[in-house]
Amino acid sequence: MSRKRLSNLIVHVLLIFSVLVVAAPILLAFIFSTQTPAQIFSYPPRFTFGTAMLENYSIAWNQFHLGVYMKNSFYIAIAVTVGKTIISFMAALALVYFRFPLKGAVFTFILLTLMMPTEIMIVALFDLVTKLGWSNSYAALIVPFLASATGTFLFRQQFLQIPTSLVDAAKIDGAGPLRFAWAILLPMSLNVVAAMAVIQFVYMWNQYLWPLIIIREGNRQVVQVGLRMMTSGQDATNWGIVMAGAIIALLPALVVFLLLQEQFSRGFALSQEK
Amino acid sequence: MDTHAAYKSRWLPWVLLLPSFVILILFLYYPTIETFVLSLYQVAFLGLSKSFVGIENYKILFTDPEYLQIFKNTVVFAFFVVVFSMAVGLALSVLANQKVSGWRIYRLLLIWPYALSPAVVIFLFMFNPQSGIVNYLLTITLGIAPDWLTNPTLAMGLLVFVAVWKNVGYNVVFYIAGLQNLPGEVLEAALIDGATPWQRFWRVTFPLLSPMTFFLLIINTIYAFFEAFPFVDLLTKGGPSNATNILIFNIYRDGFEYYKTGMAAAQSVILFIAVVFLTILQFRVGEGRVHYGG
Repeated sequence: MSRKRLSNLIVHVLLIFSVLVVAAPILLAFIFSTQTPAQIFSYPPRFTFGTAMLENYSIAWNQFHLGVYMKNSFYIAIAVTVGKTIISFMAALALVYFRFPLKGAVFTFILLTLMMPTEIMIVALFDLVTKLGWSNSYAALIVPFLASATGTFLFRQQFLQIPTSLVDAAKIDGAGPLRFAWAILLPMSLNVVAAMAVIQFVYMWNQYLWPLIIIREGNRQVVQVGLRMMTSGQDATNWGIVMAGAIIALLPALVVFLLLQEQFSRGFALSQEK
Repeated sequence: MDTHAAYKSRWLPWVLLLPSFVILILFLYYPTIETFVLSLYQVAFLGLSKSFVGIENYKILFTDPEYLQIFKNTVVFAFFVVVFSMAVGLALSVLANQKVSGWRIYRLLLIWPYALSPAVVIFLFMFNPQSGIVNYLLTITLGIAPDWLTNPTLAMGLLVFVAVWKNVGYNVVFYIAGLQNLPGEVLEAALIDGATPWQRFWRVTFPLLSPMTFFLLIINTIYAFFEAFPFVDLLTKGGPSNATNILIFNIYRDGFEYYKTGMAAAQSVILFIAVVFLTILQFRVGEGRVHYGG
């Protein structure tokens, strides 16, 4: 018995150590974000909260325009999350609950786009979006991301697990497909909606390469690229302010993730079922 | 067979699919095809003039030592990121799955970096040779203060470390799910047969997890190819002297800093072929062998 307790203790110690290693960079960033330059560059380093917290955060928010960039990031992350969820739901509805020709081919056509990450085509996508006249616009950051093989796939998997007796009963009651989708399917798929919300919000919030290329005008930029601008262009970077910016920029995605992390884990498990 | 398909309509399914079709064709299929086309051209500044050069861009890619160096960097980076983030992910999952109390809390505290991304500016400061916390700790313990960003090996090591730190949580999510869905009888049988924990892991658990490991191998490789862009861009800018320049960063640089659109497209095609190859491999090998998730 005591041997078991000892091994349990070792497991806990190892896990706590790992958890600390994982968290250390962010905890340190938070501490440094409250320090003045003098406090940050003091030797040995100080691991206590400094006196410049309000000042650092307010400079990052106002002078480096992170407030504006945050607003932009919120717009695009929410627009894509909502739009993608609706569009994928519609596609999965068609693929599961309708009989129509070429269904298998349509599903394959959607799934094949899994092999086409945006990063692979940035040169051509840049040309296309520029020709559409969308550079420096929210449309450039939103529209290309509105459809998703992953989302369609997740909803399809969920629908296939719902007993067919439900759709038969709905038909007998005279419910058309859209009514069935709204009144029965959607409430039964809220777990997928939540999984989609967290995956898509985090993905869009952390977009970096595409906005860096397509947005050349300050007031439409997203927060992650805004953070990049804070580290470049100054000789003596004031790290306290940069750390404050980093903390601001990571909070929203982190909060969404923490609120929905159970659904996130289950959503990923779902994506693995054949 | 298709028992769910209770509704029949000539037009409604196509209306429901229309938004997906429009977006996927316009913003995924078309640019992918266009990338192939562009890779056969030499494009002058901002696309003002294009001239067809056939496979010339590819010839340059496979003969110019600078590009060969970039391919090598990409492979080295991907290899170490995949190996470390999977090994650490598996080890942590096994620990968190030991039926210790609070495993849910541990899982949460291990996976949350998934939600963070270009927050890596933090590492820029932590690894600053003069004022960074890492060199402070190394000085007081080992008496060394390496110059992380000017030494090629260390710069690559730093990139790998950051990418692994960010990616381990993703593997933990999957491995814990996999471990919890292992057939209990098999593990119990091994326990009754007197297998040591070490034997149980390598002879029973690990083989049962192999479909998951294979799936993660592919996903992690693709992650290393694409998601590493912010790390390179923020931490090393490909330096010192190209030592950490990997394909995705060089595509950006050729395409949007040097305006060598054709070359950037050709490198994109190479990456695309790698992704297609990995995906086909995943479907071929992974088919019907997934042991978990019900």
